[in-house]
Amino acid sequence: MNALPWLILFLPLLAAAAITLFTGRGRALSAGLSIGAVAAGFVLSLIFIGCEGWRPATGESAVSWLAVGSFQVDFGLHLDGLSLLMMLMVTGVAGVIHVYSWGYMRDDPGISRFFACLSLFTFSMLGVVLAGNFIELFIFWELVGVCSYLLIGYWYERPAAAEAGKKAFLTNRLGDFGFLLGILTVWVTLHSLNFHDLEHQLQANGQALGALTTLAGLLIFCGAVGKSAQFPLHVWLPDAMEGPTPVSALIHAATMVAAGVYMLCRVYFLLDEPARQVIGWIGGVTSILSAVIAVQQNDIKRILAYSTLSQLGMMVMGIGLQAQKEAMFHLTTHAFFKAVLFLGAGSVIVALHHEQDIWKMGGLRKKMPVTFWTFLAGTLALAGVPPFSGFYSKDSILAVAIARQNYALFALGAAVAALTTFYMFRLVYVVFLGKERGEVPGQAHESPSVMLWPLRLLAVFSIIGGFIGVENVYGRFFSPGMGEEGTLEQLLAPFREAPAAASFGLLAVALGYLGARALYAKSAKDPLPEKLGALSRAMQNGFYFDRFYQTTVIRFHDFLAALAAWIDRWIIGGGVRFTHGFTELSGRALRLVQTGNLQTYAFLFALGVALVLFLALRQ
Amino acid sequence: MSVGLEHYLVVSTLLFALGLLGVILRRNLLVIYMSLELMLNAGNLALVAFSRFTGNLDGQVLVFFVITVAAAEVSVGLAIIVALYRKRQTAHVEDLTLMKL
Repeated sequence: MNALPWLILFLPLLAAAAITLFTGRGRALSAGLSIGAVAAGFVLSLIFIGCEGWRPATGESAVSWLAVGSFQVDFGLHLDGLSLLMMLMVTGVAGVIHVYSWGYMRDDPGISRFFACLSLFTFSMLGVVLAGNFIELFIFWELVGVCSYLLIGYWYERPAAAEAGKKAFLTNRLGDFGFLLGILTVWVTLHSLNFHDLEHQLQANGQALGALTTLAGLLIFCGAVGKSAQFPLHVWLPDAMEGPTPVSALIHAATMVAAGVYMLCRVYFLLDEPARQVIGWIGGVTSILSAVIAVQQNDIKRILAYSTLSQLGMMVMGIGLQAQKEAMFHLTTHAFFKAVLFLGAGSVIVALHHEQDIWKMGGLRKKMPVTFWTFLAGTLALAGVPPFSGFYSKDSILAVAIARQNYALFALGAAVAALTTFYMFRLVYVVFLGKERGEVPGQAHESPSVMLWPLRLLAVFSIIGGFIGVENVYGRFFSPGMGEEGTLEQLLAPFREAPAAASFGLLAVALGYLGARALYAKSAKDPLPEKLGALSRAMQNGFYFDRFYQTTVIRFHDFLAALAAWIDRWIIGGGVRFTHGFTELSGRALRLVQTGNLQTYAFLFALGVALVLFLALRQ
Repeated sequence: MSVGLEHYLVVSTLLFALGLLGVILRRNLLVIYMSLELMLNAGNLALVAFSRFTGNLDGQVLVFFVITVAAAEVSVGLAIIVALYRKRQTAHVEDLTLMKL
């Protein structure tokens, strides 16, 4: 039994290695290996959880990996409810998306490379989930970033894709720098990087980190800011949509970007109140900012990307409100419904021959019924309509905001809920309902069943995902001993326990829906740009964050780089060139002495001997 | 007039200087070679003179060695000069400036 998690972790790596080394030309074989590895991982996870339960007896299995003096790093797996649930979620969603990819990428010449990267990503993501200490977590954290880079730039011959991959990687590195500093702070003060150890130390003595508590918490949060694309490092995620759609669904919606939230839950014991305040506000600002931007986006994938940003902000806000279990609940349900939304968008994009502008779509409900209904299920879940899963997870975060009497963040959350409903129904109205715009949507037809079954499966999960209930699963990880409730009670719990949050949430949803219907149910083009003017343009351009960074951070950086280049060329390089020139010049001068004439040498030799004799015999 | 050590040494020095001048100034390799021998023999003369005037045979023994080695050296040197002449059709030092870059 102890070997099972190791097997689950390393199967995708084996698949990636086998594809890279041996089956580069066998398209079906590569896909089969990759899908098989992750599907086996899912089945084995189920078996493991079935046999061992959510709290396995061997909470941690580790092998000593490297030791430098007193500094010991283990390579271990941290198995508790949190990581097991994430393991199940990652292998499950990844498995479904792997199958979908086989349909979506069928005609692509580089499909083996695609599946190798996908398997490598699954391996790294499982590593992040199961890591038992900070060093291990950081290594897998970076590996995930590399896979993201490889997959965003999968169509590397397109300059936009190559640029987007680079941007994602560099922005992530910025956050990871802070993360690394945070890890070092923890190591210097507590002399341990193992999660178990740290938790015990901090439970025994809450002030173990002393004055550095807030700093360490915020530095570690920097990692999450980069990976989960929080303000101000959120700019990479919308550009990451240059990658293939299954990649957007798996990496940039369901799993990798959620890693930041997961990591914060894993180390929540390190976060003190001031740090949580900052985290909550950053999450809230990200959430509202990207929800507003999403309202005026016209690219189907970018709308979903900003929506992902907004939902991630909501989860981070939850962490800031000490609502780890609610944040994890939202993370799980979000993985399901955002995956179904992205895969549905992918299905539309393929049917329309890679058209992504929603104003060139329309009337697809009849042509693509399965895609429409699954997409609608995802939309309802994301908007938070009961009894879809999103309602329960979002409501639980809002309920915590009220319970903590943080009304500002609650208002932000409710506004985000309204905006979310608005832009999602705008998307549904424009893309699936109404009239066909142009020729292409008229010729669209439903995708093959290899793409439809993943959609159906994920849609079912995004409908029933809320039934498992926040207390039943997550409550046990964070506050053991809570009683279990029946499914029906679970479904009604939000109204019974926090009626204010639930009713405000529903009101927000209703407002958003009515707004979207009034504006978009019949319109041929977007009415908002005329009404909002400059504001709409600002929203379309993501409030000019890219341009702002371009003119400040990047220009400053370019200036520094130019300065460094100048110093290198003229000061350091000048020294080198001077040495070289001087040596060469003196060499040329001395060469004149070498006449090659035997007698000159003999004469100089005799002169030298005479000189030596004179000096020696002078006394 | 009795002949003392100084006289021998003066003759030896003159011979040595003549040899050195020959080495530095003459152009023909063979003549340079002969001048070299002259220098060697100037050294021999000095050694013999010292040996005679100090009553010690060490110097004379050394001279025998020098003569023997010089004979061997001459045979090798002449062989090189002949080989050089065959190769380059000249035995003049100005034409043999291969050491120059």
